[in-house]
Amino acid sequence: MADGPVAEVLLQRLEAADGGLDSADLAAELGVEHQTVVGAVKSLQALGEIIEAELRSTKRWELTAEGEEIAREGSHEARVFRSVPPEGLPQSELMRLPSGKVGFSKAMSNKWIRVDKSAADGPRVFRVVDSVEDEVQRRLQLVQGGQAEKLGEKERSELRKRKLLTEVTLKTYWVSKGSAFSTSISKQETELSPEMISSGSWRDLPFKPYNFSAHGVLPDSGHLHPLLKVRTQFRQIFLEMGFTEMPTDNYIESSFWNFDALFQPQQHPARDQHDTFFLRDPAQAQQLPMDYVHRVKRTHSQGGYGSQGYKYNWKLDEARKNLLRTHTTSASARALYRLAQKKPFTAAKYFSIDRVFRNETLDATHLAEFHQIEGVVADHGLTLGHLMGVLREFFTKLGITQLRFKPTYNPYTEPSMEVFSYHQGLKKWVEVGNSGIFRPEMLLPMGLPENVSVIAWGLSLERPTMIKYGINNIRELVGHKVNLQMVYDSPLCRLDAERGPPSTQEAA
Amino acid sequence: MFKRVMPNGEIQKLIITEETAKIRPYAVAAVLRNIKFTKDRYDSFIELQEKLHQNICRKRALVAIGTHDLDTLSGPFTYTAKKPSDIKFKPLSKTKEYTACELMNIYKTDNHLKHYLHIIENKPLYPVIYDSNGVVLSMPPVINGNHSKITVNTRNIFIECTGTDFTKAKIVLDIIVTTFSEYCENQFTVEAAEVVFPNGKLHTFPELAYRKEMVRADLINKKVGIRETPENLAKLLTRMCLKSEVIGDGNQIEIEIPPTRADIIHACDIIEDAAIAYGYNNIQMTLPKTYTIANQFPLNKLTELLRHDMAAAGFTEALTFALCSQEDIADKLGLDISATKAVLISNPKTAEFQVARTTLLPGLLKTIAANRKMPLPLKLFEISDIVIKDSSRDVGARNYRHLCAVYYNKNPGFEIIHGLLDRIMQLLDVPPGEKKGGYVIKASEGPAFFPGRCAEIFARGQSIGKLGVLHPDVITKFELTMPCSCVEINIEPFL
Repeated sequence: MADGPVAEVLLQRLEAADGGLDSADLAAELGVEHQTVVGAVKSLQALGEIIEAELRSTKRWELTAEGEEIAREGSHEARVFRSVPPEGLPQSELMRLPSGKVGFSKAMSNKWIRVDKSAADGPRVFRVVDSVEDEVQRRLQLVQGGQAEKLGEKERSELRKRKLLTEVTLKTYWVSKGSAFSTSISKQETELSPEMISSGSWRDLPFKPYNFSAHGVLPDSGHLHPLLKVRTQFRQIFLEMGFTEMPTDNYIESSFWNFDALFQPQQHPARDQHDTFFLRDPAQAQQLPMDYVHRVKRTHSQGGYGSQGYKYNWKLDEARKNLLRTHTTSASARALYRLAQKKPFTAAKYFSIDRVFRNETLDATHLAEFHQIEGVVADHGLTLGHLMGVLREFFTKLGITQLRFKPTYNPYTEPSMEVFSYHQGLKKWVEVGNSGIFRPEMLLPMGLPENVSVIAWGLSLERPTMIKYGINNIRELVGHKVNLQMVYDSPLCRLDAERGPPSTQEAA
Repeated sequence: MFKRVMPNGEIQKLIITEETAKIRPYAVAAVLRNIKFTKDRYDSFIELQEKLHQNICRKRALVAIGTHDLDTLSGPFTYTAKKPSDIKFKPLSKTKEYTACELMNIYKTDNHLKHYLHIIENKPLYPVIYDSNGVVLSMPPVINGNHSKITVNTRNIFIECTGTDFTKAKIVLDIIVTTFSEYCENQFTVEAAEVVFPNGKLHTFPELAYRKEMVRADLINKKVGIRETPENLAKLLTRMCLKSEVIGDGNQIEIEIPPTRADIIHACDIIEDAAIAYGYNNIQMTLPKTYTIANQFPLNKLTELLRHDMAAAGFTEALTFALCSQEDIADKLGLDISATKAVLISNPKTAEFQVARTTLLPGLLKTIAANRKMPLPLKLFEISDIVIKDSSRDVGARNYRHLCAVYYNKNPGFEIIHGLLDRIMQLLDVPPGEKKGGYVIKASEGPAFFPGRCAEIFARGQSIGKLGVLHPDVITKFELTMPCSCVEINIEPFL
């Protein structure tokens, strides 16, 4: 555009002009749309200091449609006058003329005509003067010619009252020479090209200024899911701490490994239909390690290993019931059982991060499926102090350094602790995990030596992810209703880096 | 110290008949004599029963508690079971008498009681407790009679707990009487009641047993990670209402376990109390000394490597649900559910939880459907587990780690999905060609695929999956409008 004909003409006119020119005037002169001139002005502006353009609001007087008609045909009153012949005209006839009604009263007040009411065939209109000056038409023609300023304000407002004139606001540019003014504008290059490099012509070519405030073109890339980015980080943390990953590739579990082996009694409410997904097919686990099963049965129903037991009738059928695992602690139980079969005992550190299923009430922060993170340490002489120490190292890697511990209850750990950390954004202590030492009734029937303690802790993967990425509704993160744009835009997962100002929304 | 005392006059008796054996065999009873309620204590008394019902009583299935104004009744009491039509009484809060059948109907719409009807509903006989004048005390576990209801002014309370778990019934009785014996004139005493079992055996309740346990001081220190003297440990435990003293060689602590602590079944329960009294946050944090070498689970290691390169290939990762409707994995893909070997869930609340997925494809297609407004093409992938029935496994089912990718655009992009498969094989170091250890695709068909645009993938001697253009029926059934091609393979052969 800057090299278009309008721009060229503009520059030439500007050279000749004294001070500057108005864009609307130029448009009228050239017979082009005002917008075309504006476009030329803008593209010249983009080239730098060639022109200076000041946005102005100008008011112009324009004729209305009626005003234009009058400028052409004369005012109504003049036409009325002209249609009265020397011998007069019956008023009724006059009124039938196009300008009759409007012009009659005006012509009367101008004293151009008179009415003889006593005439024989009705009131008759006669001329009073011989000729008239059609001031209104003259004035309108002045405005039409662009000389509205020659009229007095009173005259203009009178014409406006008669709806013959309107005031129009026009935004125009007052264009003047810039510091780098020149009538010749060369075409500006946008990009360096291979020809320019080989010929060296780039040295002499002007380049269009780059708009650094616009965005670039995002690369056409794939993306990883935010929850799984967080999972990768947690895996990393466990591996850095020397924890071995347990196999957890079994969503289907038997009640035995999910509950009984963990010393959770068969009458526990969590084994109800409304908290656990039981299976219709396959309904029962066919294979269980029977000698271990008998030890578990005895511990539940009669006690043993220093315990009173629960003193109820333990049923094998109940233990065979298949379900979708409610926690990955069942995988930990399997791993500890395998460990116990290896003699002599060697210490172990295990972890897992995988999916679990709960048949509970669903809401904005709870789904039927979620991911559990679990860490386990089995060694001689472990204490609660060791558990707290391991937790401190683990959470430090998450950027959480202030920890407090509160007593709680789990069916399979004793002592048990809830882990809290101080959330800077919410200005309160929030729960970040659950932990404890596994009960001897769980470990000893497996065959683990008596002075071996097993400490464990767990948390969900979804909760820290929702806090980290500022997501309030879990359905936007997990499942098919995910917000794909959020997946595209989510940053790297750096668990120990502060993510800008903390989210002010209530954490999940 | 809580004491069971014998009454001044005759002891209250509860006689259990053999009819209860098939439905709710156990009962225990006790009396709280000369109790003084205030509004708060009364409310608390009701609330405790509710809380116990919800947890240890497992929503009244294991134990149900009935508390009655003894002054409105006259023993001995009979606990029996009768045909529902033969039971007629005025229940709590009602103004006239109803038969048990009528009550079952009435309570079907009662938001509180409807949850307990199933415990006895379909049985031929319902449990019921009478006094010697035929007044109904209660029909456990559903509702008490209005006649013997407790008010703020009640002075003498007869408590009965019936259920299917004898141990729990005894524990529940102990908890109620110990908690409220504080408000009896003879504080912390509970009047005994006798229960006669069908075999003629007599038991006196409540048991209110105290027992003594012995724990070594150094065991407590060792397990918690502290260094307290035995005397200090005894003091800490006593503060937790476990009266303790050092005995013997100065290292043994003898602890008296009151009837209020049915939860103490192992030394670890005592050790927890000691740790709580010490203060968890006062324990010194230490690290275990043993070092261990970490290993990744090979399948997860492979998955992590593949995920990153799938994203590098321009595909976006999805995370979809493992549970879905039967339609999603069968009808919508042109299959019959029986052909899928899917694991079926019992009593799903909604269709979304009918089965465990046998393929990752429905999840990805639903993700596209939920993100219709996003610019095309949509290129999604997921590497995650599916579940298939397998009788060789101990539980009868197993997971398989699948990789699935879809391309959704104005054109199906078969060559793009095919190219992705080639890239995956390249990354897995599987050369093209029938040669040993290589991969090849062969024309195939399937109800989910457009005819002539489907192939089966063979690698390392076995079929690992399929790729192709999706059949328009599949596309419309998942509420999509554009052509779509996909590939889904099992990655476990590549471990």
